[in-house]
Amino acid sequence: MKIVVCVKYVPDATADRKFNADNTVDRVGVQGMLSELDEYAVEEALKIRDGDESGDAQVVVLTMGPADARAAILKSLQMGADSGVHIVDDAIHGSDSVGSSLLLAKAVERQGADIVLCGMASTDGSMSVIPAMLAERLGVPQVTFASEVTVDGNTVRVRRDGDAATEVIEASTPLVLSVTDQSNEPRYPSFKGIMAAKKKPVEEITLADLGVAAGDVGLEAAWTKVEAYAERPPRSAGAIVTDEDGTGANQLVEFLAAQKFV
Amino acid sequence: MAKQVVRPVTSLELFAIDGQLDDEERAIRQTVRRFCDDRIRPHIADWFEDAAMPVVELSLELGELGLMGMHLEGYGCAGTSATAYGLACMELEAADSGIRSLVSVQGSLAMFAIHRFGSEEHKQEWLPRLAAGEAIGCFGLTEADFGSDPGGMRTQARLDGTDWVLNGTKMWITNGSVAEMAVVWARTDQGIRGFVVPTATPGFSAPEIKRKLSLRASVTSELVLEDVRLPASALLPTAQGLTGPLSCLSEARFGIVFGALGAARDCLEATISYAGEREIFGKPLSAYQLTQQKIADMTLELGKGMLLALHLGRLKDAGAIRNEQVSLGKLNNVREALAIARECRTILAANGVTLEYPVLRHANNLESVLTYEGTSEVHQLIIGQAVTGESAFR
Repeated sequence: MKIVVCVKYVPDATADRKFNADNTVDRVGVQGMLSELDEYAVEEALKIRDGDESGDAQVVVLTMGPADARAAILKSLQMGADSGVHIVDDAIHGSDSVGSSLLLAKAVERQGADIVLCGMASTDGSMSVIPAMLAERLGVPQVTFASEVTVDGNTVRVRRDGDAATEVIEASTPLVLSVTDQSNEPRYPSFKGIMAAKKKPVEEITLADLGVAAGDVGLEAAWTKVEAYAERPPRSAGAIVTDEDGTGANQLVEFLAAQKFV
Repeated sequence: MAKQVVRPVTSLELFAIDGQLDDEERAIRQTVRRFCDDRIRPHIADWFEDAAMPVVELSLELGELGLMGMHLEGYGCAGTSATAYGLACMELEAADSGIRSLVSVQGSLAMFAIHRFGSEEHKQEWLPRLAAGEAIGCFGLTEADFGSDPGGMRTQARLDGTDWVLNGTKMWITNGSVAEMAVVWARTDQGIRGFVVPTATPGFSAPEIKRKLSLRASVTSELVLEDVRLPASALLPTAQGLTGPLSCLSEARFGIVFGALGAARDCLEATISYAGEREIFGKPLSAYQLTQQKIADMTLELGKGMLLALHLGRLKDAGAIRNEQVSLGKLNNVREALAIARECRTILAANGVTLEYPVLRHANNLESVLTYEGTSEVHQLIIGQAVTGESAFR
């Protein structure tokens, strides 16, 4: 069984965020990392691999982005993935989800995969559309936002926790699967894993390798464009409920309900 | 004109330390830091207060990460660089010196002694389980009356047929009561020799030392050996004389050179954060010149200590480090870490004496760290001898 995990290299959310002159996120001058939500996808892939009885299951980590994005692959390899594929090409700068999904789908086709695993969203873009786009492009079923995954032969069964109901969905491989941050507890890279990661293969590929034309991806081909950005205003003081007439608890509940916290 | 707001950097960022580390070292540091944030920090004040911690469970988790004997090669050990080991010690001790002590004693004392001086059978039997944290090891050298002068030890081993029979008492032994094996050093008619002692051997007991005001999140014990009978194979074949145990101590000291700075860094970070939030006479404590003088001086000492530690780490990785150089690091970094912890306490004032903040806990721990693995005075004598050519030990 081959599991391809799509991971994203994102700017460290705790660092100052910068933008380039073309309003894209500055990924080069900023400390980046494997998107935290993708750690759950990597962990799920490792669990599926390690539970596979054939013993020949493998986990391939796939990312796209500038040279620094290799760090996202490296972290995944340190956690235990077997190999990496890095789409790196100047032409992909500024690609939107449509362009990104095209590149990822081509790379998955090139690899061949029984399961394509994704996180529930990226921690920077937060769009959650890549899994669905990938499934559409690959022509395979999608089982998304899984909070529990069971693999039995070529059947994948997931639990999907919604606001109103919990669904159990089943599909056959090949398929695209995305997991939430409730699905598992990502492991820490062990020191042996960290030491071994250096020796694992990482293949760098370009648009030419994927047979994608430069005009189909990148900022110019993007369907959406960031026109402007502004820094978020400083956080204002929160609402303070003072219980003067015994209605404080009710006000608190109303506030929580209005914010959809309860 | 609006006042310019500058994003503050941490003390070690100011020294641009990260640029001196490679990817692997940063990854190892990150793993340990995250482990400590998740598994140690939420509980450490309680463990310290109660003088109780889940040492068996923790040992397994530390083993799973690869922390136990991480810089040793083979037998289930991770085989990292010495510098990476130092950085791991720093993160562990930023949580608590007791946790770092657990790992130091396991890896640098018990496992190192077997790795360096043990028979192939010793290595096969003990190292993989010690590396996995499934078994805990301890190291019995110090006695109640013989700390800085271990050569005077009273514990003795005598041959009876082909068996060795050990008698004596060891003191201040980290992990003693929870250990499955002890490396015990004893006087024999061949000089000082080391033995691998399974703690289940009849005649061996390890009562825990209570009422400590330091390293409360660490098990400290007495080892009592009453006619402990061991087969000939228990002897560490290649350790002859005091050089054996002293080379183990040098390993553990190396980890402390980095570790102590972890405690200091944790104190300083907590203090800078506190001083920024605490208002006094209408402005933050951190905006007063007296506070800044303290913080600037502490930053300087922390960074200088870090540069020294990294330098020693590179020397060790190049196989070129001398014991006297480890003494430079142990003396300076523990002494300065303790000074930083105490100075931080003054900025936190009354809050500083509680377990809500880490500073007095670290300061109390560092009192032990100042003494164990060679007191400051012993390291002064070692350095003094190195640069004057005169031994002033006696």
